[in-house]
Amino acid sequence: MSDIAGVILFLGVALYAVFAGADFGAGFWDLTAGGVHRGRRPRALIDAALGPVWEANHVWLIFCLVVLWTAFPGAFAAIMETLYVPLAIAAVGIVARGAGFAFGKVSETLSQQRVYGAVFAVSSVITPFFLGAVAGGIASGRVPSQGGGDPLGSWVNPTSMLGGALAVVVCAYLAAVYLVAEASRRQLPDLEPYFRRRAIAAGILAGVMAFAGIFVLQDDASRLFHHLTGVALPLVVVSGLSGLAALTVLCRGVTRAGRYLAAAAVAAVVGGWGVAQYPFVLGTHLTLSADAAPDSTLEAVAVVFLVAAVTCIPSLVYLYVLEQRGQLDSH
Amino acid sequence: MLSAIVASAAEPAQLLPARTQMAFTLGIHIVLVPFGVAFVAMALFANYRGLRKGDEIALRLAERWSRVAAVLFAVGAVTGTVLSFELGLLWPGLMRRFGQAYGIPFVIEGVFFFLEAIFVAIYIYGWKRMRPWPHFWAGIPVVLSGIGGTLSVVAANAWMNAPGGYTLRHGRVVAVDPVKVIFNGAFWHESIHMLLAAYIVAGFLVGGVYATAMLRGRRDRYHRLGFLIPFTVAAVAMPFQIAVGDSAARWVFNNEPVKFAAMELVPKTTRNAPETIGGYASTDGRVHGPKITLPGVASFLSGWSTATKVKGFGSVPPADRPPITIVHLAWDVMVGLGTALLGLAAWFALLWRRRRDLTRSTWFLRAASVAGFAALVTMWAGWTVTEVGRQPYIVYGVLRTRDAVTHADGVWFSLAAVFVLYTLLATATFLVLRSMARRWRRVDAAGVGDTDVPYGPARVLDPGGTPTPTVRAR
Repeated sequence: MSDIAGVILFLGVALYAVFAGADFGAGFWDLTAGGVHRGRRPRALIDAALGPVWEANHVWLIFCLVVLWTAFPGAFAAIMETLYVPLAIAAVGIVARGAGFAFGKVSETLSQQRVYGAVFAVSSVITPFFLGAVAGGIASGRVPSQGGGDPLGSWVNPTSMLGGALAVVVCAYLAAVYLVAEASRRQLPDLEPYFRRRAIAAGILAGVMAFAGIFVLQDDASRLFHHLTGVALPLVVVSGLSGLAALTVLCRGVTRAGRYLAAAAVAAVVGGWGVAQYPFVLGTHLTLSADAAPDSTLEAVAVVFLVAAVTCIPSLVYLYVLEQRGQLDSH
Repeated sequence: MLSAIVASAAEPAQLLPARTQMAFTLGIHIVLVPFGVAFVAMALFANYRGLRKGDEIALRLAERWSRVAAVLFAVGAVTGTVLSFELGLLWPGLMRRFGQAYGIPFVIEGVFFFLEAIFVAIYIYGWKRMRPWPHFWAGIPVVLSGIGGTLSVVAANAWMNAPGGYTLRHGRVVAVDPVKVIFNGAFWHESIHMLLAAYIVAGFLVGGVYATAMLRGRRDRYHRLGFLIPFTVAAVAMPFQIAVGDSAARWVFNNEPVKFAAMELVPKTTRNAPETIGGYASTDGRVHGPKITLPGVASFLSGWSTATKVKGFGSVPPADRPPITIVHLAWDVMVGLGTALLGLAAWFALLWRRRRDLTRSTWFLRAASVAGFAALVTMWAGWTVTEVGRQPYIVYGVLRTRDAVTHADGVWFSLAAVFVLYTLLATATFLVLRSMARRWRRVDAAGVGDTDVPYGPARVLDPGGTPTPTVRAR
């Protein structure tokens, strides 16, 4: 039962990475879009693409938190009591990102839009970096079972820095790939190559970083390294191949498949992390089964997850379909 | 006295800033909750009316309300996320020991929040392009999931007051009965009380905006309808709220006697306990200060007889008492303002029955314009009663707050950071909403409002068939 809860948890993390990751990445491209005049069109596309979906995508984070604290309460408390600095910064980033976006969308004057836009864009880069650093701290086994781990070293370390930087780049890559498809759907011929160039650049950078990251992990998180190159290797290979395939089809102008392949590449990395950690939830000192809530609780989590699957997924599909058909456009 | 000093010396340094931060962030988030839960319902009333009767003004109100709801929903979503971080960042001891049980309602809430976020987006962004009735129906799940979400979150809070549905062995939760966790002893009255509060606060606040506008001379149908829909919702909910609150108080009397003694400022266990308005308790447990006492009323309200014995807070050692004065004064504020709001609802009903023109009754409009703020204060006071009144426990009778607080340093720093961040957030929210209102007023004053109605393309045609020029609000 604890394994099922673990799978549900990592499924949540993967979905958060694939959906919300792209929203954060869009903020990265907003940040780097240049001055008011030059960046106007890409920013408008980002604004329109994100508006209807970012809140629903954000809920995956809440989902991960509640599943973690209900199914694996000890690990949740330990993580919170160790990695509180990056987590608090990420929380601030989440507030600033959401508020900045919502306010920017309804503000009237250019100066207001610039302020809120800047808040949105900067926090869209900060948040995934620190969430990635948190993931690095957990994955490298730096969170003791009882919490109270090194408040600085738990996230200022090679694996965390790799996790943070990779999160930012991967988000940017996902966002650029999705935005190519958005540009093509909205018939904005100039923005399609604009984001294609960026998707390819971010994709190559993410690949290089992931490759270099292998050596970082070998040095800093040897267990993770061994499992990523051992039992989890198929997923790592799937991720690499999907990433390459996404870039290839993107170069050939097939935008739709590119989107799915890019998402698969990211989901496979998260899955690989999960497999590499198994059967531990923290380092090599706390197993999933040792920390798991009583079976009745885990069953409740699984039942709620199934209910969510039959209610939320069709609803999400409805939302995305309406969005793709251009029915969700307030202006 | 000595025990009080010992108690405070044993208190971890993080407890005060952690409790302050939790109270502050919850206090801000709770302002946004009513809009997330109830505002879309009000917009749907207007939307329905607009579609059924071809009422363009009602449609315009619905569309604008949903835009305001969009902003407030976004702010509510992120401040709510902060709270879920804080449960771990500030209270890891609670989550480590009871996450297995306490977490379950939150998992359910996650599903409702998901549905709410999805359909809020469809409803808000669907005004221009979706067909009118499917668009209206897309709003209904928002209302339903708002109700479900409220019940789930409050179930978790109610569990802290009435923990149950779990078995402890060596201090570890070894078995959980999820149904008993959710439907705990405090579930029904607490969750219904909050749900009604959400509709009341949102209704009076939104109504108050239009009451203020009418006082300033804008008494057209747009403002009248904008006042009537939310204000009626709140006024209708008011008597039910008093009844639910009354049963909640009796539940507290039966199950959390020390909290009840603090609310009613009863130091010694007694029959014929008075209802005390005002006054405070000193650390030695004596009651002082200017106060009005209504003999026997607290006893009577608790058990329908003045002979009902009310337990005093003096029956437990000082270390097991909540801060008496805060709980008592918050209770007074909640009951006092709640009663005043019930009176306002009755006044509204009377004016309605006599078919008076509400817009001409200046005193009524003045009262209505401050009712929203009063309702907000009432809700804050109510949460203060239930949360501060549960102290020194975080899980009543089982886990003390000081044993749940984090060991991490820097909580004062995070409190300061949160204070600055939320001040900026509140200011920005206010400025954004004000600029939206001003823009709409400009559009209406220019007399081109009709072109900005929702369900655009099909309706922008005037009867003659010539397209009217479209003026974009943005």
